[in-house]
Amino acid sequence: MLKIRIVKRLNPPKYHAFLVPILSVVISLMIMGLFLWARFGKFEKVVEAYREMFSWPFIFDYGLPDTISKMVPLLLAGLGLSVVFKMKIWNIGAEGQLYLGAMATTWGALFLFKNVENSLILIPTLLLMGAIAGALWAFIPGILKAYLKLDEIVATLMLNYIAAHWLNYLIYGPWKDPEGYNFPLTAVFPESSWLPMFGESGIHSGVLIALAMVVLIYFLMYRTRWGFHLKIIGDNQTAARYSGINVEKNIILAMILSGALAGLAGGIQMLGVQHRLQHGFSPGYGYTAIIIAWLARLNPWAMIVVAFLFGGLMVGSEQLQIMMRIPISMVYVLQGIVLFTLLASEMIFNYKIEILIPRNGGEKSWR
Amino acid sequence: MEMILKVLSAAVRSGTPLLFATLGEIITERSGVMNLGLEGLMLIGAITGFMVSYNTKNVYLGFIAAMIAGAIFALLHAFMVITLRVNQVVSGLALTMLGTGISGMLGRSYIGQVAPKFSEMRIPILSDIPGIGEIFFSHDILVYLTYILVPLTFFILFKTKPGMILRAVGEEPSAADSRGINVYLVRYIATTIGGAITSAGGAYLSLAYTSMWIENMSAGRGWIAIALVIFSAWEPFKAMIGSYLFGGMMATQLRLQAGGKVNISANILMMLPYIATLVAMVIFSSSEKFRKRIGAPTALGIPYSREEKT
Repeated sequence: MLKIRIVKRLNPPKYHAFLVPILSVVISLMIMGLFLWARFGKFEKVVEAYREMFSWPFIFDYGLPDTISKMVPLLLAGLGLSVVFKMKIWNIGAEGQLYLGAMATTWGALFLFKNVENSLILIPTLLLMGAIAGALWAFIPGILKAYLKLDEIVATLMLNYIAAHWLNYLIYGPWKDPEGYNFPLTAVFPESSWLPMFGESGIHSGVLIALAMVVLIYFLMYRTRWGFHLKIIGDNQTAARYSGINVEKNIILAMILSGALAGLAGGIQMLGVQHRLQHGFSPGYGYTAIIIAWLARLNPWAMIVVAFLFGGLMVGSEQLQIMMRIPISMVYVLQGIVLFTLLASEMIFNYKIEILIPRNGGEKSWR
Repeated sequence: MEMILKVLSAAVRSGTPLLFATLGEIITERSGVMNLGLEGLMLIGAITGFMVSYNTKNVYLGFIAAMIAGAIFALLHAFMVITLRVNQVVSGLALTMLGTGISGMLGRSYIGQVAPKFSEMRIPILSDIPGIGEIFFSHDILVYLTYILVPLTFFILFKTKPGMILRAVGEEPSAADSRGINVYLVRYIATTIGGAITSAGGAYLSLAYTSMWIENMSAGRGWIAIALVIFSAWEPFKAMIGSYLFGGMMATQLRLQAGGKVNISANILMMLPYIATLVAMVIFSSSEKFRKRIGAPTALGIPYSREEKT
């Protein structure tokens, strides 16, 4: 009799690391295409939509600067998340930590240091404030997780909602621009606090900070003892404890680092792109960063590529919204489908189907 | 007095969607599967319920359709985490994203429309009891449905054989397996039923609480429900108390806002339920006694595999 069973591949081929993400994106685009086809009723429209979506964000004179400026917060927040995810700590709070960073930077730029004109001092100070604010916001669930075993998923999520309402309070209330025609936004920051641009390209220098952080995180996670400790804690907490690693301290430190990077992302977004705090300045960067960290398999280098592609996806779908009136919620659908297909295909590739055919005395396996 | 009764009655009403979601998740988690996609499931329930009710002019049909839609999406999660053994946290998040996106896309043409809704049904005799009648027995039929659902879930979970099997699968899947129980099947069923009930909570929002579709109308209730599951120590009756407590907080915040009696910004008031959730969780988890007493299902979040026993 035939026997079929599913077994784990012991040595998945190396090319899977590239094949799996690419394949899952292709599959998701196909599924999404069906959605669009149903909407437009014409296949040519789907082709046109995809052509728009994949050309505009990557052409230098059109969407590329925008793509890069969206890549920066995604990359920074994703890097931060990769640190805690490696420990199997589920910080879902990057969005809130990013808000806090943006709020602290705004506070500094508009009120605390509004008379400082030396950009060389002002900009690093403001960004540092952002990072510290993000770190503090992540410190709360970190310490609760470490000492009270409080579920960090729920804690970080609650903090996201609190941060969002806090931000709204500020821009609808005390921080509202008196000359802003009652729109929920603050006044524009003094120009001395703006991040310098690369000439006329429209690309701001925050991208250099993000790339520097990639190197830093790579170094920390793969080349230091601390990074190794985090990995051990993620793999087996009990073993980590027995080998003398202070699990509690490391949970808190990792959360602080992760929050600081998200906060920095918020600060850079303020000083490099928005130059003012306003409603809806983040189209869910903190949540998308979760996908990015996961798609890149927590690898900092891979995250550059993935964040760039997702930045392009965001810009492309904004373009689609303008050109073809496709709602922005399509992006969430697409992101959800990408994540599902990625997870599924990763698992499917890691397993193989064995068909056992009993022969005289022995069994032969195929595939 | 009148005012207090009104607030308490509103607490039950706004606690009901939380209660549905919490009950659903209790069933799912008792089998050892964690579904963090409640927010997405509620939104799916809300939009499906609204669409069907709007187009057929039949609220009951809408409610049933919402539950079916929730079951289908929960089935997707079940397939991912039970069969493919994908990380349950990530799959749940993906489900939330998908639910938010799909409901937003489908709901665009329904914004501003009004569909039929479940109307108030006072229960004769019971609703005449002073106080209690006003608080518990002058609502719509879905609220009464939870009065049946809570004891029923409790009874099934703790007093029947299927309930015992469900809990066994959540506690000791390999032991259950060796007794001839199909762990995968039990988990599939629990996740699907749990998802359907969670979705019913979403449908409550668009079919009874209001009669409109508003984008992201669940407003974080799905996540609060996940916190409530932990408070309630995975027990239906405690879930009821917790849900009404939080419902009360949400209702009070709305009332304060509408009354304009207090001079606090609406945004600050809107933080309250989330801060309260956090504070309550801190209090509960810092008490040693509580932590010992609550029993998270031992196998919660751990995929089961026959071949790779740990």
